[in-house]
Amino acid sequence: MSVKKEDEWLYTISSKRKLIDFNFKEIWRYRDLLVLFVKRDIITVYKQTILGPLWYLIQPLFTALTFTIIFNKVANIETGTVPPFLFNLAGVSIWNYFNTCLTSTSDTFKSNAAIFGKVYFPRIIVPLSIIISNLMKFVIQLLIFTAFYIYYYSNGSAIHLDNIIVFFPILVVLMGLLGLGIGMIISSMVTKYRDLKFLVSFGVQLLMYVSAVMYPLALMRDKLPKIAWVVEYNPLAYIIETARFMLLGTGTFSWFGILYTVAVTLIILFFGIVIFNRTEKTFIDTV
Amino acid sequence: MSNIILKASNISKQYRLGLVGTGTISHDLNRWWHRVRGKEDPFLKIGDVNDRSSKAESNYVWALKNINFEVHQGEVLGIIGKNGAGKSTLLKILSRVTSPTTGDIKTKGRIASLLEVGTGFHPELTGRENIYLNGAILGMTKTEIQTKEEEIIDFSGCTRYVDTPVKRYSSGMRVRLAFAVAAFLEPDILVIDEVLAVGDAEFQKKAIGKMQDISKGEGKTVLFVSHNMDSILRLCSRVILLKNGLIVEDGPVAKIIETYLQSEFGTNSKKTWASSENKNQLVNILEVKAHDEHYSVKDNFKLTESVGLTLTYRVLKPGKKIHSAFNFYNLSGVNIFDSHENNTKHYHLKKRKGVYETTVWVNKNLFSEGVIMVGVALVTHDPFVVHFHEKESIAFNLIDDMVDSPTRGDYVGSLPGIIRPLLKWESKIKS
Repeated sequence: MSVKKEDEWLYTISSKRKLIDFNFKEIWRYRDLLVLFVKRDIITVYKQTILGPLWYLIQPLFTALTFTIIFNKVANIETGTVPPFLFNLAGVSIWNYFNTCLTSTSDTFKSNAAIFGKVYFPRIIVPLSIIISNLMKFVIQLLIFTAFYIYYYSNGSAIHLDNIIVFFPILVVLMGLLGLGIGMIISSMVTKYRDLKFLVSFGVQLLMYVSAVMYPLALMRDKLPKIAWVVEYNPLAYIIETARFMLLGTGTFSWFGILYTVAVTLIILFFGIVIFNRTEKTFIDTV
Repeated sequence: MSNIILKASNISKQYRLGLVGTGTISHDLNRWWHRVRGKEDPFLKIGDVNDRSSKAESNYVWALKNINFEVHQGEVLGIIGKNGAGKSTLLKILSRVTSPTTGDIKTKGRIASLLEVGTGFHPELTGRENIYLNGAILGMTKTEIQTKEEEIIDFSGCTRYVDTPVKRYSSGMRVRLAFAVAAFLEPDILVIDEVLAVGDAEFQKKAIGKMQDISKGEGKTVLFVSHNMDSILRLCSRVILLKNGLIVEDGPVAKIIETYLQSEFGTNSKKTWASSENKNQLVNILEVKAHDEHYSVKDNFKLTESVGLTLTYRVLKPGKKIHSAFNFYNLSGVNIFDSHENNTKHYHLKKRKGVYETTVWVNKNLFSEGVIMVGVALVTHDPFVVHFHEKESIAFNLIDDMVDSPTRGDYVGSLPGIIRPLLKWESKIKS
């Protein structure tokens, strides 16, 4: 009789923690919240601005332009047959997606402390909503990329889409998940050790330089063979390199690189979820 | 007996005192190392009872310790206790904001909390958009909110502003809107913390009314934390009294509130001060008591009795005029009135060293029924200086025994109001 009664409990709030407490059913029940968070993020960022969502475009355009002037015109980095501006725009757009995913998810607990301290909902909704709303921004940025692509293509530049472009969405998802994973790990640790906050802001900057954003992977192997491994073991470099291969038909493509990236992403994501789950239960006591 | 909807067993919550600093990482490592070897967490053994005022012996305290209780379907359970007794910690655990250090809570229904409404409002979004967002945060689905949208807007009384960004709202309007969203939630168990302390009087009344509907009419289970004894009395059927993280008592509302007042405020009808408690160099308070006309101290007075309050104090330095004063509060904390010594024999005398005693008589047929808390003060009027003031020193109870009640006549119904003075009525036959 007592055993049967135990089964009737809807859920238990317990001090014991499971290693992975990933309740899909619960997240599904809160899907409307996810949608509303995404909507809020997109609508509110550029409220009371004149240019509004145009800011999504201005930022990558100017970054790509700067990179083109500094790295290609001044420092003479070769981008092969591809116009340097397009080369940089592709790199910057994809890098930006990762960058925004990482930096905004890594702030999850701290910036939402007020609301997390009042009500319960699956905390993972917040980082999920961040990567989805950033995905929307990324899609907008891809549109401007497409516009420049068509412009250069019609002017006779030697660029072509590779057949494996169909896998491009997977690459984007991979990038988002990697940002989510690292972001969740950092957000969990930053609740207790604020030091990490400082690390994130310049760490991401440094990471960009070893992620083959403004140079082809081959160039690194060529010029600095001794420390090329830093870039080669960086899954981000593979994602960006592969993306450029798909979009522009330049650079290298390796199955090893892709499999390696998938493996690293899954491992980081796994750790991210474990640590995030552990933190969400008691972070309010330490934040 | 109705069925149990929520069961808390052995809930404890430990907090670390002081700063989170370099000690943290070494403690974390130590903890982790014990866990790896399958041993108990070394820091769980230590920890004091959570008494805010006493000096801590270790860096860890138990905000809650071994809390066990059950809640039945449809019950309105009040949780009372002093600041720092663990009320909010308990609610936080119940609403899954933080998890307990030990123990578990089993529930058969969805719990939604209403801890300080209005968090989660985004200032840039309009009222309507925020209704959806806040509703979703509280666990409603979009369709649920859609069906109640009009009711929510109507209840909040912000119809005109509903399509304006919330940042343009007055703080009162925000609270109204937030409470309205929460009031239309349909969880099985509703957790409420001190929400009624906000909004204007009209809205508070509306909010209390709504909560009564929720608990009585709709048969929902409510856990309610408040300092407002009136609303506890009005809403709750059962009360848990917490003190220093422990359950002191659990039972029917009237009895627990009495215990609370006596144990928490030390409010009997008599209070004495040890000389060590007095720091003042000029005058020391010794005793205050409530008594009847025969000077016998008692807790319960009839409305038809006058209440005497006698204050005893010792003057240490001669040459100052010293006067007594009393504040009278009801259970809701309303200051019913104050009275300062005014026409006594010694009023204009500069006091010499010695022990003095002042008595004030509160007219019979003045108070309404219920608990009266008394604050005492020792002051000098000219120039005005407060030498001693304590807000809730003693308390006594006024009982309407309905026998020979001049304020009632033959009327036996309810007579609300803060006071119930005996007034002069006149009537004539005009023709």
